[in-house]
Amino acid sequence: MSALSQVRYKVRDALRRDRTFNHTIIESDSYLQGTHSIHPNELDVSHGPVLYLEDISVSFDGFQALNNLSLYIDDGELRCIIGPNGAGKTTMMDVITGKTRPDSGQVFFGQTMDLSQMAEHDIATAGIGRKFQKPTIFPEHSVWENLELAMKTDKGVWHSLFTVLSAEQKDRIEEVIEIIGLQALYFSKADLLSHGQKQWLEIGMLLMQDPRVLLVDEPVAGMTHQEMDRTAELLTSLAGKHSVVVVEHDMDFVRSIANQVTVLHEGSVLAEGTMEEVQNNQKVIEVYLGE
Amino acid sequence: MDSFHKKAVPQEAINMLLNYLFPHFMHKDTGGKWLISLLIAITLLVVIFNFFIPESSALHIPTYMVTLLGKYLCLALLAIALDLVWGYCGILSLGHGAFFALGGYAMGMYLMRQIGDRGVYGNAELPDFMVFLNWHELPWYWQGFEYFSFTALMIILVPGLLAYVFGWMTFRSRVTGVYLSIMTQALTYALLLAFFRNEMGLGGNNGLTDFKDILGFSLQADSTRIVLFTLSALALISGYIASRFIVQSKLGKTVVAIRDAELRTRFIGYKVEDYKLWIFVFSAMLAGIAGALYVPQVGIINPGEFSPLNSIELAIWVAIGGRGTLFGAVIGALLVNYAKTYFTGALPEFWLFALGTLFIVSTLYLPQGIVGLFSQFKNKQQKQSAKHGALQEETT
Amino acid sequence: MSCLLLFTLMLSHSTYASSISKTNITDNGSKQQVSTKQTQLEKIIPQLRVKNFKKKIASIKQLAEIDDPQTIVILEALLNSKLYYQKSDKKVVIINKKNNQYETFSTLNNNAIAVVKKKTLKKITTNNKLRKTIRALLAKKKILNSNLDVRQSALKEILTANDTSLLPVLKQAQKQETDESQQDLLKLAIALIEVHSNNSETRQSAVKRLGNSLYPVAKGKLTKILETDEHGQYIEQDKAVIALAEKAMQQISSKLSLFGNLETLFFGLSLGSVLLLAAIGLSITFGVMGVINMAHGELIMLGAYTTYLVQQLMPNDIGLSLIVAIPAAFIVSGLFGVAIERGVIRHLYGRPLETLLATFGISLLLQQMVRTLISAQNVPVITPSWLSGSLVLNPAFALTYNRIYIFFFALFVFAMLMLILKKTSLGLQVRAVAQNRGMATAMGIKTQWVDSLTFGLGSGVAGVAGVALSQLTNVGPNLGQAYIIDSFMVVVFGGVENLWGTLVAAMTLGITNKFLEPWAGAVMAKIIVLISLIIFIQKRPNGLFPQKGRASGGH
Repeated sequence: MSALSQVRYKVRDALRRDRTFNHTIIESDSYLQGTHSIHPNELDVSHGPVLYLEDISVSFDGFQALNNLSLYIDDGELRCIIGPNGAGKTTMMDVITGKTRPDSGQVFFGQTMDLSQMAEHDIATAGIGRKFQKPTIFPEHSVWENLELAMKTDKGVWHSLFTVLSAEQKDRIEEVIEIIGLQALYFSKADLLSHGQKQWLEIGMLLMQDPRVLLVDEPVAGMTHQEMDRTAELLTSLAGKHSVVVVEHDMDFVRSIANQVTVLHEGSVLAEGTMEEVQNNQKVIEVYLGE
Repeated sequence: MDSFHKKAVPQEAINMLLNYLFPHFMHKDTGGKWLISLLIAITLLVVIFNFFIPESSALHIPTYMVTLLGKYLCLALLAIALDLVWGYCGILSLGHGAFFALGGYAMGMYLMRQIGDRGVYGNAELPDFMVFLNWHELPWYWQGFEYFSFTALMIILVPGLLAYVFGWMTFRSRVTGVYLSIMTQALTYALLLAFFRNEMGLGGNNGLTDFKDILGFSLQADSTRIVLFTLSALALISGYIASRFIVQSKLGKTVVAIRDAELRTRFIGYKVEDYKLWIFVFSAMLAGIAGALYVPQVGIINPGEFSPLNSIELAIWVAIGGRGTLFGAVIGALLVNYAKTYFTGALPEFWLFALGTLFIVSTLYLPQGIVGLFSQFKNKQQKQSAKHGALQEETT
Repeated sequence: MSCLLLFTLMLSHSTYASSISKTNITDNGSKQQVSTKQTQLEKIIPQLRVKNFKKKIASIKQLAEIDDPQTIVILEALLNSKLYYQKSDKKVVIINKKNNQYETFSTLNNNAIAVVKKKTLKKITTNNKLRKTIRALLAKKKILNSNLDVRQSALKEILTANDTSLLPVLKQAQKQETDESQQDLLKLAIALIEVHSNNSETRQSAVKRLGNSLYPVAKGKLTKILETDEHGQYIEQDKAVIALAEKAMQQISSKLSLFGNLETLFFGLSLGSVLLLAAIGLSITFGVMGVINMAHGELIMLGAYTTYLVQQLMPNDIGLSLIVAIPAAFIVSGLFGVAIERGVIRHLYGRPLETLLATFGISLLLQQMVRTLISAQNVPVITPSWLSGSLVLNPAFALTYNRIYIFFFALFVFAMLMLILKKTSLGLQVRAVAQNRGMATAMGIKTQWVDSLTFGLGSGVAGVAGVALSQLTNVGPNLGQAYIIDSFMVVVFGGVENLWGTLVAAMTLGITNKFLEPWAGAVMAKIIVLISLIIFIQKRPNGLFPQKGRASGGH
């Protein structure tokens, strides 16, 4: 490495001292050579992980919700997050989507996008979609309209004023309606759907968003076994092109979809691995079953 | 065909006719189509019965009534403006009267300049109240108001700008709900206090009045009044149609989504602040236009228009009529203002009691307004007919 | 002749020595004294009839020399054009005009003589110079009077008289004077005169003394000394005096501005205390129930009207009326509040915007009710005597008692509320419901009760605020409207349901408003405060002391 590049690297390092990812970037050759190009607005997953959470800490009024949490989601993986109540699962999702800002630590989308600096809508358009714990749909809109609103398209004000659905877009909506099984309810007001149907609608909206990362918070709460199977199928099919992070309590469901499982406890990662590994982990057993 | 189907045919025919006359985005808006048709009919009738039928006839509609109706129509447009931000976006602005008043003041300034040297002091440059205050020069912000085109621009720009600045600050800071409503009250109150001062150069507590003519036409002439009335009706109809277009567009749907689930809307990728700002500014401009048409018809604009009470009353018109429907707002505005005219004439003491009770009753028992009552009634009817139809089918 | 003189002297001495015992000797002695004086009076009084003013002045001066209170009476009569003489016997009399008749009184002993017609009398005339002389003479006499009030009023006149001849009298008075503030005034009066002396050193010391006084006349005199002609040159020649005068001016100016600021601060705190009283009830109800009660202003108004009604019911005990009015207003407004809560607000739970509108309707109803049942005009509320007047700390700084009392009263109410909320079980329940309604219900707290009581408490406090306001401002049906927006501002600024926040916000707003006023005018000050608040809210949407974990915009 030339002297100038060395200096440049050192300066860049100094300036980004709080933004270095020790285990990946510095060892990378292109960084050392100073040839790695940075595009701040583009998703860069050249190094593998699509979501980085490093040493995230969040406290509310003295209660430590997240405690030096470090988590990495690889591009295209299907990860399940489990853990007892209060472990910080929902807060973690809040941090990723920008609903809560971390007190310390870094959260990155790809290599370049600092989620702690982005507004919620920008995070969404960048490619992170979320399904909430409690089904949050638009009650006064029809199923069709809910999906139309979620559709991945220009979401600017002027565009919205004059846009008309193209045939392609209409097809896409119909496609998704079929996937979520609400064909009979195209024009019903979303408010009138059952709890389970609302869950599906929200999943449908997530699909319409076509995000790179899907954050799914308790998708099968209140579903029948049949519906659970459908959900499992759907989520598994999404993995690969998308990255899916599922928070769930239902162990059967988790077992049916998960390769990698992360256990959270009291705001940090307790254990990681396959379902068997995690289930046989002594610490995990203690936490779940008590002493 | 049973009776139900027999009834349906003429309704369908009328519907088809209306759909032919109205643009496509109005087709689902039955209430709107009926309202506009009614408005057009009434306007024509009023014009005929005032202008073409002589005064001696019993059928003549006196000119003061034409002006009164014109007033109502302007207020109905203002109600549409509020319904846009409140009924559709959930922003209860209790300061919308300010935008109305600002539009009114812009028009007022133009009309003052039009007086020229026909004022009491005969000063071609300075309005009477300025001469009275011993001012020697027209302040810089009065420049340009001698031209109607400039005035027309200001009527839209000034309320729009105020709405933009206020909205930008407020929405960006995620202030919502009751806090926001209080802020809008404070805004209009501050403007009230400011406009009362003579130093503002806008007439002080007397406001701007004694107008002579508009665009060369005398304000006292019957023909001018008829034209102003017709313009008000046109403004109302265009405002309605424009608002309906917005509301059924994706922007409108997004705005409703923001009202119902703001967080969700954000997380789908919509920049909520932009949408709120857009609808708020558009609404303010609409209110400004309403104010501008109001002033030549009532002949005066004074700081009282900024009174916080005015803006709150406005909210009740929309609530009574039925918010989130647009035609509900129009109906509410027309009904309540008619009642106000009637009661303040006949039983003035009673009016405030009635108004207060109206507030309470409408919020407690009429959350959907009159329009809601009507649609509930219709739903019942439809259910009845459906049952009836089903029974019939069973028996045949 | 010398024996007579000796005898008189002995008698007057013994009269003085034995002033307590009323013996014949004393009687005799005073009688003798009186008769001597009387003789003198009798000699001089007729001389007042002369037409020549110069001679009149001389006679008056002589008259003034006589140490008899009657001379004061005569001089005052002359000053007020009440000294006449009867045409018939040339006797000088004091008259009192009654209807068209004239009652005459003796100049020697004030006894009534007769009632006569104007025709029989001739006025003893005066001119400006004469009157001026009389005034000065009277002042001289009064300045040494035994009665403090007489001395004070005399001195006030002297301060503006500018009569150098009074100097010896003033000096004498100063030596004798026992009252402190009168002493200061005498010193000032002396300084004012000495400033014009010929001796430079006297003048300089006089100027220095003027610098220590906060009375406007001192400043006025200094301004006169520092007068410049049309070229900007000092008219005063003595350089030392000029220098000292400038220094004295500065001294006074800086003191005046200090006290001016203190006074503004006082007014600010007073306004703050009023805002505190008005807003604290609102803060509680908004905090617990997330409800903005637009009728809050009217609840204040009802409290003020309660004061009026209480005063109507006990017109002879105005002093007591306020003490009675406070609990009365609390109960009246409190009951209205509970009624509003149960009748309307309860049914709109979870819909804060509708509640805002509904309560606005209630405010209209309450206003109209008062207009119809009582009067559409303002009603008079009397300030009891123990509340009126002011505490004068120095000529530049006076605090009115009513504001002082209201300030401490507001703090007292604040302390009571803190006590209730922090120490009582009701307070505990209120706080629980405010923080987590669902949990509170689950724990068995009767949230409905708590709601009603909280609302009642908040409204009651508003009523009490109305009592205080009735002492400061006009009471009319629109009283509530004037304070509702200010109350909102305090609540929004201070953060919701946080009593300390309300206190800080109220005081800050009050003081800011008052300090802006002299600079920008009352209306502009208000506008600036409103606009600043709107901007402030953008930065801190939850106010100064926000409730943790709550989004702005109520529940």
